[in-house]
Amino acid sequence: MHTDGSLPVLTAKDFTTDQDVRWCPGCGDYSILAQVKKVLPTLGIPREKFVFVSGIGCSSRFPYYVETYGVHSIHGRAPAVATGIKAARPDLSVWVATGDGDGLSIGGNHLIHAIRRNVDMKILLFNNRIYGLTKGQYSPTSELGKKTKSSPFGTVDLPLNPITLSIGAEATFIARTLDADPKHMEYVIRRAAEHKGAAFMEIYQNCNVFNDGAFEYATVKDMRPDTTLYLEHGKPMIFGKNRDKGIRLNGLSPEIVQLGNGITEDDLLFHDEKMEEPTLAMMLARMRHPEFPEPMGVFRAVSHPTFDDLLTKQVDAATAKLGRGRLADLYDDGETWTVE
Amino acid sequence: MDTVKQRQVQNQELEEVSVRFCGDSGDGMQLVGTQFTNASAIFGNDVSTFPDFPAEIRAPAGTLAGVSGFQINFSSHDIHTPGDRVNALIAMNPAALKTNVKDVETGGIVIVNEDAFDKSDLQKAGYAVNPLDDGSLSKYQLYRVPIEKLNADALKDIAGEIGAKSVGRCKNFFALGIAAWLYNRPLQPTLDWINGKFGSKPTIADANTRALKAGYYYGETAELFPTRYKVAKAKLTPGKYRKITGNEALALGLVTAADLAQTPLLYASYPITPASDILHMLSGYKNYGIKTFQAEDEIAAVTAAIGASFAGVIGVTGTSGPGMALKTEALGLAVMTELPLVCVDVQRGGPSTGLPTKTEQADLLQAVVGRNGECPLCVIAARSPGDCFDMAIWAVRIATRFMVPVILLTDGYIGNGAEPWILPDPSKFEKIKINHPEKAENGDFHAYARDEFLARPWAVPGTKGLEHRIGGLEKENITGHISYDPQNHQFMIDLRAQKVANIAKILPPLEVDGPQSGDLLVLGWGGTYGSIYSAAERARAMGYNISNAHLQFMNPFPSNLGDVLKKFKKVLIPELNSGQLRKLIRAEFLIDAIGFNKVQGKPFLIAELLEKIIQHSEKR
Repeated sequence: MHTDGSLPVLTAKDFTTDQDVRWCPGCGDYSILAQVKKVLPTLGIPREKFVFVSGIGCSSRFPYYVETYGVHSIHGRAPAVATGIKAARPDLSVWVATGDGDGLSIGGNHLIHAIRRNVDMKILLFNNRIYGLTKGQYSPTSELGKKTKSSPFGTVDLPLNPITLSIGAEATFIARTLDADPKHMEYVIRRAAEHKGAAFMEIYQNCNVFNDGAFEYATVKDMRPDTTLYLEHGKPMIFGKNRDKGIRLNGLSPEIVQLGNGITEDDLLFHDEKMEEPTLAMMLARMRHPEFPEPMGVFRAVSHPTFDDLLTKQVDAATAKLGRGRLADLYDDGETWTVE
Repeated sequence: MDTVKQRQVQNQELEEVSVRFCGDSGDGMQLVGTQFTNASAIFGNDVSTFPDFPAEIRAPAGTLAGVSGFQINFSSHDIHTPGDRVNALIAMNPAALKTNVKDVETGGIVIVNEDAFDKSDLQKAGYAVNPLDDGSLSKYQLYRVPIEKLNADALKDIAGEIGAKSVGRCKNFFALGIAAWLYNRPLQPTLDWINGKFGSKPTIADANTRALKAGYYYGETAELFPTRYKVAKAKLTPGKYRKITGNEALALGLVTAADLAQTPLLYASYPITPASDILHMLSGYKNYGIKTFQAEDEIAAVTAAIGASFAGVIGVTGTSGPGMALKTEALGLAVMTELPLVCVDVQRGGPSTGLPTKTEQADLLQAVVGRNGECPLCVIAARSPGDCFDMAIWAVRIATRFMVPVILLTDGYIGNGAEPWILPDPSKFEKIKINHPEKAENGDFHAYARDEFLARPWAVPGTKGLEHRIGGLEKENITGHISYDPQNHQFMIDLRAQKVANIAKILPPLEVDGPQSGDLLVLGWGGTYGSIYSAAERARAMGYNISNAHLQFMNPFPSNLGDVLKKFKKVLIPELNSGQLRKLIRAEFLIDAIGFNKVQGKPFLIAELLEKIIQHSEKR
């Protein structure tokens, strides 16, 4: 701390460890790491208060590359480890780095429950729609029919949508961003960091070795304006290279409309991330390429009590009511008798 | 000369009595068993109990599957088991009679609720003819009591007010009243309990009080029983006592350990029989610095506990066999990350779902070696309900001192069984020293630096300058960096093993009861202590010069175990499994130990142990 009591100004460099980063050259993970390291020093949280937790997979090497406290745990269990950390120490800023295999397949249960309890943790789900570390099998987000090492004739299982899953689990913060748009990713990570509660981020991340171009439609700069829809709270849903297309509600379904010829911005859907009712978020989550532009940004940001706060309050209330427990009273409970 | 025919009830003094209440799961047998136990304990007897209930919450009424029993042994001397043979059985229906009567001693007392022996209930229990009439119970003292009718008569004044259903529910207290008269038990503790429990429902309190007293006076006035029994107070160590089950003692031990360590504790668990009571109890101790977390599954429970430990609190998880299997991989993570963790396993019958409500000791090998890779950790085992308290403190002490996971084995028998427990004086306990480093020595912090026991430092998040990353990948010693170096892997494998071996340096030596050397040592572990100790004592009293010892520290073993074993010609190892400790002893000490194994979901009887001991020993 400085002599005037302010926190020292840290930079991304202060969050760089002495470990060589071992992701493949060109991997989308580098971009995510860079944005996280950019945001962390700006949050006003001392470096020693951050804990990064991960499971197994390429994404889960993340903690080794951030100079904070960190746990590289076992496959799928990062949200549970993080819940234990946050339950024990609500003062810490807890982050989870996971992937589509780690977080949605083997660890799907923990992800759901960490979200529904609204444990105050930031979840970075790196979605590359493939198993990278095990060298190229299909994942729960791989498209139907995808040919991989373990599906030479194409997959026969339908994929999972991480955003709709998180809505189902009543996530209080849901966002999507992509490795190819660092500025947007920085914005989303900052928003998540500032949210109190479980903040779920799906990050489109390119695996250039085993699933190159999985999100090409969204990542190639010229295509992006037509294939994605950048959500802004309170703003109409406009997209397209010339900002001339929009999303309008037709009955209970979204439709793409061309602005002009009597259709104005006022006819379009306006984004409201603070709606308690998750219907809009669900509708947006189900807009997929190529039928629709895929929404990027904050789908939902609502305020609910957090697990760690409720737990702390319960402990405080019990202590205030009963007083700090004494062992002698603990033993002398129920019926007792004395032997002379 | 004509005399008034007056039957004189004989009074007889007994040293030890075992009574079992049994009936349908809904008949309240656990409740009256507990009340009988409390009355006996408060009276001053030594007590030991064994609740035995079905896995089903309410199997169809009247069926064999739905029978619930509660056995209590009370005595005027020191006892360690609920008793081999039942001296008096109280059976509330034919199914209860059928499943329990075989445990009654020849000539023993069998009191049946005659009203339940109708055609339909006999059929449900699989009786073709009424056993009360066919002479099949002739080797017992059979007492047919129309309990339901007598209970209803006693409550007829208030039946209108509380309804027939509530009247029927009081029949267990009528039965308790009979037993209380027969064995001279004081009614006051039960009356106090009734008033406390039903204070807000005075009519229900009144109904149960009437039923209890009516049963008691029935014993007195019906002149049914020729003899009334007394069991004098036991000579127990002076002090204040309460009754405690193993699960209760374990919870109290964990709270005590957290207090001794001046460190909060997080208990993360997923409900599982027979371990759930630990979670129930700890969840009520929020004002003792205890947090509980009911996780979404067993794996989340253990990994949350590991997270809590990383964050600097005492992480504890608790479960039974199937849950242990699920926690396996995470235990490996705790070994690799060298974090303190306590994992309680209240063992039950296996494999798979097995016998959820029955006892067994078959998770020993799972605890000691059941993980991928060379994965040593500490395993300890409680030997009695009260011992669960001490072993919980040991578990936390070892885990935090050595930065190692500790598996604490108990079982359904001692977890649910109860015994009198002298209230300890908390000021007498040795503190648990916790050392969280606050700054790096000489600038650089090394997460895998070593102390004299090879434990690494427990640096916790929030400490400036000690930021570090740990995980399941192999670590380089001292720095804690990931290392794939072959020589380092060998070194770390050996180091982790040596660290666990070092725990033996702080453990008490194994003590031997009886001669310190000789022909036969009976070696047990865990929850079988009461039966083995009692059998060994009886054998010695009969003139057999045998010895017994009981292990509480399973990995590492006490450092004198090898020396102890060498002093005996034969080593007999009774276990409620197919020979798991025997396997470890043979492997470690090359001793041809003899097994005595039983895997029936039931504890050892003293008699069967005694028979085995005699078979292997010579009278001197």
